[in-house]
Amino acid sequence: MSQMQTDPPAERLVEEAVVAPVGVESEPTPTVRRKRRRRDVGALLGAIWLGLIVLAAIFAAILPLPAPDAIGDRFSLAPFESAAHLLGTDQLGRDQLSRAVYGARVSLSVAIGATLLGLVVGTVGGMLAGYYRKAADTAFEIVTNVLLAFPPLIFLIALVAALRPSITTLAAGLALVAVPTFARIARANTIAFADREFVTAARAMGATDLRILGREVLPNVMLPVMSFALVVAAALVVAEGSLSFLGLGVPPPAPSWGGMIASGREELYDHAHLVLVPGLFFFLTVFSLNRVGDWARGRVGRESSL
Amino acid sequence: MRTARSPLRRLATLLTVLLVVSMAAFLLLELIPGDPLATLLPEGATPEVRAQVEAAYGLDQPLWRRYLEWLGGALQGDLGRSLQSQVPVTDAIFERLPVTVELAGLSLILALLVAIPVGVYSGYRPGGLLDRIATFVCSVTLSIPNFLLGVLLVFVFAVNLRMLPVTGWTPISRSLGGHIQSIILPVITLGAVEAVAFIRLLRNDMVATLQQDYVLSARARGLATARILFGHALRPSSFSLVTVLGVTLGRLIGGTVIVETLFSLPGLGSLVINAISNRDYLMVQGIVLVVAVAYVLINTLVDLSYPLLDPRVRAS
Repeated sequence: MSQMQTDPPAERLVEEAVVAPVGVESEPTPTVRRKRRRRDVGALLGAIWLGLIVLAAIFAAILPLPAPDAIGDRFSLAPFESAAHLLGTDQLGRDQLSRAVYGARVSLSVAIGATLLGLVVGTVGGMLAGYYRKAADTAFEIVTNVLLAFPPLIFLIALVAALRPSITTLAAGLALVAVPTFARIARANTIAFADREFVTAARAMGATDLRILGREVLPNVMLPVMSFALVVAAALVVAEGSLSFLGLGVPPPAPSWGGMIASGREELYDHAHLVLVPGLFFFLTVFSLNRVGDWARGRVGRESSL
Repeated sequence: MRTARSPLRRLATLLTVLLVVSMAAFLLLELIPGDPLATLLPEGATPEVRAQVEAAYGLDQPLWRRYLEWLGGALQGDLGRSLQSQVPVTDAIFERLPVTVELAGLSLILALLVAIPVGVYSGYRPGGLLDRIATFVCSVTLSIPNFLLGVLLVFVFAVNLRMLPVTGWTPISRSLGGHIQSIILPVITLGAVEAVAFIRLLRNDMVATLQQDYVLSARARGLATARILFGHALRPSSFSLVTVLGVTLGRLIGGTVIVETLFSLPGLGSLVINAISNRDYLMVQGIVLVVAVAYVLINTLVDLSYPLLDPRVRAS
């Protein structure tokens, strides 16, 4: 959806996201050898970081870390000065590494949950609109236009102002923000595939609409939709961080990267690490999601052009 | 989506969207937990006093009626009075609006000033030094959320180098120099991501445009490179920029909330954040409505202006 941090223009995305159908061989080009793909080191490193941070978030409880809300007696300790607090402590003496890892739990579960929810809802809605057209398409247009009528952050701010922020409400709100992107890609691809021969053949054999959508169209729509999931997830991590930074995210004492940056800001001069440590986690995660996401999108795009 | 449609249908869709938006803005804030009157009533207010205040604000009316009254007022430019300060919501919005508009406008200008030369040159020499540097800087900048970028800029330029004020706002009427100093970091914070997005778009379109035959013919006629790039290739390469203007605007509006909070600027964004923490729900409602309606209208204008700028769209 158009509106997020990394969003390229929705219309172009939709265009480039229409790919060749699964299982349809492109013209064989036996004489020309396939160009060797350059390894994308950035994407590889990104994938490694994402793997590490996801594992750390999942297993945070059994890692040898102090509790994220355990108040210590050494305040605003700089990183690498104490083996007990590798990344230092915050103003209340809480371990920064532990808070960053537990913060990843909040940020990532909200962003991943919202991405999956938005993906499912958007794909179903987009496929229905693209397959049935007419009334379904009109309803689709109105719903997506209303969702897109609010600048995303304003929409989220209003939403969390109305509903108490929690992991569930944040994930639901962010999913709503993500729905139009997925829905548009799904709709465009459904339209592209609905007239293909294999769909006509399935219909001629008496397949129901449900079967056509599920068995013929969905596998072809899923690939381009999923190739956008990581880029959308990156934008949602940023959105969640922005809300936490504004004090509208998951409420304290639960640690969140945005909240850590906001509170560290007050002691920026004396203890820059209070901002730099959560900032680094934030940056690495968003950067990795974007790099791996770009790589995934490039792969899907290239498959069709081969 | 951008197929030719009758203006009437377009208008009908627009009005439907605006109506649903107003309902959404109204209902959303109805759900606010907590008592909106808690801040108004004296402690230990009797039920009678409470009923009086409720009647004064119309809170004893059924929902649909309050919506219609609110909408009717909104159409006449009356969004009610702030529950907190008793100031009319419309006045408060118009008092704060110039700061936000200036911030977003300057950020857009800054982004274009940076993106046009860099994007054009990267597209002219793809794979060249500038292109590679720009690609790297872009991918890094895209992954730094604006609130983090703002904090880092404050750290470097205001805290360490002491070149600029950390936060605060100097109106242009008081001092021009002070005004520029107080707005420069917020504008960079807000404009950086947009500049990066523009550079990416412009570069890719430029690469495609420069492969066109008319560019070859211009080169064959011996025109200067700068003339070909800026005179012939820039305009057809810039249409994507226009199509993303709506997205850009949405991001800028969201960004102003962050930046105004971060730098304590008296704009619409800090107004809405204050209103939320004060449970001033009429104020929040009003701001959300005004922002959403403005956003929808500007996006519609961008859509309408598109065929005017690009003759190829008109033909199809």
